Amino acid sequence: MPLRFAATLAQRRFDVRFELAAGETLAVLGPNGAGKSTLLALLAGLLTPTWGRAELDGAVLFDVGERGSVLTEPRERGISLLAQEALLFPHLSALENVAFGPRSRGVHRVSARATALAWLDRVGVPELAGRRPAQLSGGQAQRVALARALAADPALLLLDEPLAALDVGVAPAMRLLLRDVLRERTAVIVTHDPLDAFLLADRVLVLEDGRIVESGATAEVLTRPVTAFGARLAGLNLVPGRRTRAGFTGRNGLEVPLADAVPVGAVPVGASMALAVRPAAVGVSLSARAAPESGQGPHSGADPDSEFGPGSASHSASHSTSDSARLAATIDDVEHRGDVVRVHAAGLAADVAPADVVALGLVPGLPVVLTMRHSDVVVYPTPLPDQDADPDGR
Amino acid sequence: MELTAARLPRWIVAIAVLGGLFVVLPLVAMALRVDWPQFIPLVTSESARSALLLSLRTSLTATALCVLFGVPMALVLARTAFRGQRVLRSLVLLPLVLPPVVGGIALLYTFGRRGLLGGTLEALGIEIAFSTTAVVLSQAFVALPFLVLSLEGALRTVGTRYEAVGATLGASRWTVLRRITVPLVLPALISGAVLSFARALGEFGATLTFAGSLQGTTRTLPLEIYLQRETDPDAAVALSLILVVVAIAVVGGAHRVRPIGGSGPPGTVARPVRSTKDAR
Repeated sequence: MPLRFAATLAQRRFDVRFELAAGETLAVLGPNGAGKSTLLALLAGLLTPTWGRAELDGAVLFDVGERGSVLTEPRERGISLLAQEALLFPHLSALENVAFGPRSRGVHRVSARATALAWLDRVGVPELAGRRPAQLSGGQAQRVALARALAADPALLLLDEPLAALDVGVAPAMRLLLRDVLRERTAVIVTHDPLDAFLLADRVLVLEDGRIVESGATAEVLTRPVTAFGARLAGLNLVPGRRTRAGFTGRNGLEVPLADAVPVGAVPVGASMALAVRPAAVGVSLSARAAPESGQGPHSGADPDSEFGPGSASHSASHSTSDSARLAATIDDVEHRGDVVRVHAAGLAADVAPADVVALGLVPGLPVVLTMRHSDVVVYPTPLPDQDADPDGR
Repeated sequence: MELTAARLPRWIVAIAVLGGLFVVLPLVAMALRVDWPQFIPLVTSESARSALLLSLRTSLTATALCVLFGVPMALVLARTAFRGQRVLRSLVLLPLVLPPVVGGIALLYTFGRRGLLGGTLEALGIEIAFSTTAVVLSQAFVALPFLVLSLEGALRTVGTRYEAVGATLGASRWTVLRRITVPLVLPALISGAVLSFARALGEFGATLTFAGSLQGTTRTLPLEIYLQRETDPDAAVALSLILVVVAIAVVGGAHRVRPIGGSGPPGTVARPVRSTKDAR
């Protein structure tokens, strides 16, 4: 492991440890104030931990303990930082900015300029070499800043929300460039955007209140979240629950048989598990009480006229009890979201076409039945101890 | 501008005009008293020339001393935190508000023959009081706060973010200082130095107290003007006009540098934004 990190910062209630393999990119996600920037500042040497030890390629970055402390100066760490703002030195040209790293390491002026020009070319803006930062757009400045960070030949590249300050129109091209340059590079990227994690990172770390609440391979974390925040990032419904004799029973009463399309090895009965399902895969139909004229019970077969959800027309007939899970619930909230309406009920979100919302008269307080096909849900054991996963203590 | 003036009550504008006249009128009155036909001979007399040259020499030396000591002082005040820093800052800025004659007495009791360091210096064969060195010390004493104040403000405005970036790029502390910090605050450093020079050039009270008034050695231009006022008012007026011209040039120059080095968001601090069209 070229990067090993463990640090505590008492005054910020920060306590994080992780390892990162060579060439891997780690995305650090989390709400504001979770400690993402603290993590980067500790790595870059701009903050000192109260306790901890970090190594990069065998060299100690910091080692603070009871016996005393070793702190490597930021300039000797071989770590470059690309922040939200480009922070180009305003008194130097783009080329001089990029050449700053090599020059500071004693490279001769001429070859430093050649290196800088090569990096400007690599990030696609060689024509801006002579410009001053004041003459660059936000996207151009961020490209130059990336070139400057890479030209210092860092063993580890830190990126602090590098796309957050860019125009919506410029961000995608910059994201592709980052994907390109991060491919073989050891990097830590702090981001708000799960898309960044998906496209740029091999692994994901989710921080909350200065602690790691989720970590693992990007695909794993973003398809099988174990926290509400992780689920929100991944755009998934998360239903905590446990293994029962029949299968999985969610805390909201949702039942899914495990034998059916949900292969989960030997999870003991009573173990805590979670279910994830996309809001678009959750259908909403009127319950018998709300629609007595249809003459249906909540557990009878689906009626094509009363069951809605994106694509529900094509497979509503197959939403029978044998391959679908059904849950009686009361609508808590109805939220308009662009081209769909998100219906909240029993802790689940369901995306429904606006026309169907009107046809069914979906309003808060209305009793409905939520349906989802077994093949659309993922059920998995949750690694966290039960008391952490269940703040209510139920 | 017209819009702003139009929105103000007229009596405010009237008072402002009166205040402006109060500053400008004396200068005009003095300029009217100048004996123009005799102007050149008056300002090039033996005593005037030696006073002018002495003033320039000592003021430039004092300015150099201010830069030499003021830059590290401003850096320490702006970039470090320690106990008693606020008290120290107040003490450093004290000469700004202290009557110069008090400063002169303080210097006399430090470097004078019977002063705090006088004995030591005398043993080394150095005598400062009533020498040209004393003139330079007096000027540096009163001018130093101008440079420290202006530079410290600029350093705080620029902040440490660029310096942190420089450090992560592998630059040593000295390289960061030389290639990032100083260039970023250069406009403020220049304007601070110019203000210090102007203050040094006009120094009177501390010089007279600590250095005396020996022609060619310690009699700077302000002292010369004060003496001439008794014997040859025309010469005094002519020399005064020279100092006024220098002052106008200095204020104009410092004012021109100021907006760039002074306040404003970081990033526009060091350079004027030449073209906002290119941005975005």
